Amino acid sequence: MEKQYTIPIGPVHVGLKEPITAWLDLEGEKIVGATVRPGAIHRGIEFMARERNPIQVIYLAERICGICSFSHITAFVRAVEDAAGIPVPPRGQYIRALTLELERLHSHMLWAGVACYSIGFDSAFNLGMVLREKVMDVLEVLSGNRVNYGVGTIGGVRWDITPKVAAAVREMVKYYRAEFYPFYEIVTEDPIAHARMRHVGTLSYEDALRYGAVGPTARASGVRCDLRHSSPYEAYADFDVTPIVPQDYYGKAYGDVFDRFLVRVHEVYQSLDIVDKIMDGLPEGDIVWEKNATKVLLALKKAEGTGWSAIEAPRGDDSHVVHLAAGDENVTWWKVRAPTYANAVSWPVMFRENELADAPLIINSIDPCISCMERILTTDVGRGDQRLLTRKELLKMSREKTRRLMGK
Amino acid sequence: MNLAKYLEILPKSLWVTTCNSGSCNGCDIEIVATISPRYDIERLGMKLVGTPRHADVLVVTGPVTKFMTEKLRRIYHQMPDPKVVVVVGNCGASGDVFYKSYNLDGPVDRIIPVDVYVHGCPPRPEAIIEGVAKAVLKLENLKASLEAKEEAVS
Repeated sequence: MEKQYTIPIGPVHVGLKEPITAWLDLEGEKIVGATVRPGAIHRGIEFMARERNPIQVIYLAERICGICSFSHITAFVRAVEDAAGIPVPPRGQYIRALTLELERLHSHMLWAGVACYSIGFDSAFNLGMVLREKVMDVLEVLSGNRVNYGVGTIGGVRWDITPKVAAAVREMVKYYRAEFYPFYEIVTEDPIAHARMRHVGTLSYEDALRYGAVGPTARASGVRCDLRHSSPYEAYADFDVTPIVPQDYYGKAYGDVFDRFLVRVHEVYQSLDIVDKIMDGLPEGDIVWEKNATKVLLALKKAEGTGWSAIEAPRGDDSHVVHLAAGDENVTWWKVRAPTYANAVSWPVMFRENELADAPLIINSIDPCISCMERILTTDVGRGDQRLLTRKELLKMSREKTRRLMGK
Repeated sequence: MNLAKYLEILPKSLWVTTCNSGSCNGCDIEIVATISPRYDIERLGMKLVGTPRHADVLVVTGPVTKFMTEKLRRIYHQMPDPKVVVVVGNCGASGDVFYKSYNLDGPVDRIIPVDVYVHGCPPRPEAIIEGVAKAVLKLENLKASLEAKEEAVS
């Protein structure tokens, strides 16, 4: 038998943009086993939220992750609205859906660019980044910011779509319809890109279901799941959003990195269609339930209850649960389940039988957002404590925690 | 001194390495945007490199979590002298929204010496380029003092 080696990748690695550690067991060049150690950038966001009121937490939620910032605040404010029974005017819902789609566009293009960068295809990376700047401009026209937009608030949105913004959005859609195809063609027609991504990091349909993959990662394995389709929120009920799976376009779902690329590219086109529909059907009226933040806070102080919300973020479903107690201004507790946490579980499966050189590509292929994932974890390993928790113990601890929170 | 002046005196190609010490990713995607064709720092001779051992400038993002403290210190010590550290983003400078977290050792200047702060949450790509260009002056001063020291020894 060949000797086995263990190679660590990360926490700081040239192929990774965020700190995460993976120990890969190698036989020659082949990966036979993998251990992933998260928790490097855990900041305790959910703990911090307990000392802040819901309006302040919006800004904290936005900084869970810089790429899907609007998805997180939408999920958070929807959970708060659910708990407090605050209605959102239709125009506010449409603007939220528009911003969510713009965010999906920029996130998918960033990922497509970075995926090309991971396989050393720098010209395609630069092309993807040029394309992405257009949607960043539109977000800047809408909100004044490029990354953390500050668009959402409890009961609606803060910025309206003026004729100037509408013109910018229309122009962006036209630009992408004309300019996005060459990028798609360059990457998919390229034999080297094909060879680097096809049959690499495969996740079968069964494994995607077994390990609970979500979002584009699951759809690339052929699982028809999309919360915009199965449980529409905001304005999505007005449009017919169907999950994009490779078998509909190419006859077969391989579940490899190339399929994940194709799914994201087709979702860009889908988002453009949705943006068009949003702009056509934009209703008139208020954009926010109550403009005065003090009045909103007074209403939230009286509210009592637990609110829940799940939305389709660019990486998969993002769920937030919030509890508000009457007479308490602050958020009593808040739980976030980000899509990367669900997707990271399938990393060890994807690594198996692949080559070491493909490891950064496979890590990047689920579009990991480590900062989303790491908010409240027990990082025993960080203290040098190697004790592993069994499933039974974890279940017991979770139940104890739930009881403790419910009792409060 | 204005920015044009900094770039005029740019005596060498700056090689930049990055370290994410727990940021929300917002600054990191803006750093990626600076190497993209719209902002293109390579036209100024700057380049992102993969290893700290080749780098002149260390760009740090994030408020430094307990796990990353030791790693950040090691990356800093792996860089050859003269070197400068640029902090990108508010959270690396002061903690920003994360100021009450139990898992932070930061801000960055509690761990390693910092030369330039770039503010913003996240800063625009132009601001990041300006921050790195400002590091040039510091780098030149360090270089001069190192050379003087070497002459004194020999």
